[in-house]
Amino acid sequence: MTEPFPYRRDPEGLHPPLHSPAYESSRLRAPERRLVIAPATLVELDGPAFGHDRVSPGDADLTHQHGGEPLGERIVVGGRVLDGDGRPLRDTLVEVWQANAAGRYAHAGDRHPAPLDPNFSGAGRCLTDAEGRYRFTTIKPGAYPWGNHDNAWRPAHIHFSLFGRAFAQRLVTQMYFPGDPLLAHDPIYNAVPDRSARERLISRFDLETSEPDWALSYRFDIVLRGREATPMGD
Amino acid sequence: MPVSTPSQTVGPFFSLGLGESSHGDLVDPARDDAIRIAGVVRDGAGEPVPDALVELWQAEGCARASTTSEGGFSFVTVKPGPAAGLDGATQAPHIAVSVFARGLLGRLITRIYFPDEAEANARDPLLRELTDAAALVARPEGDELRFDIVLQGEGETVFLDV
Repeated sequence: MTEPFPYRRDPEGLHPPLHSPAYESSRLRAPERRLVIAPATLVELDGPAFGHDRVSPGDADLTHQHGGEPLGERIVVGGRVLDGDGRPLRDTLVEVWQANAAGRYAHAGDRHPAPLDPNFSGAGRCLTDAEGRYRFTTIKPGAYPWGNHDNAWRPAHIHFSLFGRAFAQRLVTQMYFPGDPLLAHDPIYNAVPDRSARERLISRFDLETSEPDWALSYRFDIVLRGREATPMGD
Repeated sequence: MPVSTPSQTVGPFFSLGLGESSHGDLVDPARDDAIRIAGVVRDGAGEPVPDALVELWQAEGCARASTTSEGGFSFVTVKPGPAAGLDGATQAPHIAVSVFARGLLGRLITRIYFPDEAEANARDPLLRELTDAAALVARPEGDELRFDIVLQGEGETVFLDV
């Protein structure tokens, strides 16, 4: 049973403002009215778990979903999911989706004239273990152009969706790669006002967990909101 | 203390990872008390949003739906009981809703209240704060409930901070 404490609000500047003029798609979609603070309910604090029935063994390996191996640089992406109090979130659903090595999504709406890869669908999911750890094997996604502005390119990224344990912890985000020159030009990444917050979206290259003769490793820890107060003695 | 990871947009291709269905079942549709809630997501120009993800969250479970090319979504669920608030005050039955889309750098949150709960709605601590309390109450339409989501501009949905 979760203690009935509300979740702490994240500090100003941590999340991107909905109105981010440099991101063209937000122009007609970001609400204009102020958000109304809603009094929390117990259900929101200790709600249902989602999606456990969606996860099958093998879903965390995006390189083995077809007859052959996808083209590109094989990588391992892993890390821990923690709450804002440093507690690991176990048994929580982590879903990812991404472009292939050429920068093309296996989605009918993607018109980028780069090749599809018949061996790569670009979607995976897993549940975190008892220490909050998750791990995917995939290929490094390519950068791709988009119509936001003249000569606009998205830096290589992997989309992440997490449920956490409570309604307030739901998070959808994107993971980037260290040293990507496109980060400086990306209005989505740069919509996060706080520099150190923004940089937490960049995974860390990790030689230690790289698999010799097999795959480079990137580490991406994810923190979901913590609670207002913790029980005495905790 | 670790600091939260920032939010980013779900982008246009989330159905690859999060599913394509425009319909979510939270309960068995054959249940006697099953209700269908349907709606359309629109943008600030009044155009349907064909690439939004709508999620419901209530004691009975969670479900999600991607909007159709006409911006439509639907769910089969049940009306939850009155909700216990943290301050001890009871809130009217409602369903918590999350909305994600390309163009939204973070999740939007709203609530669906029920039209046959006039008395509880009149006492609800959130609805009482709103200038237009009816804005978050679903509308009966035939044998289903209708709840449209307007992201911006005229008729903009009341979005919440939790």
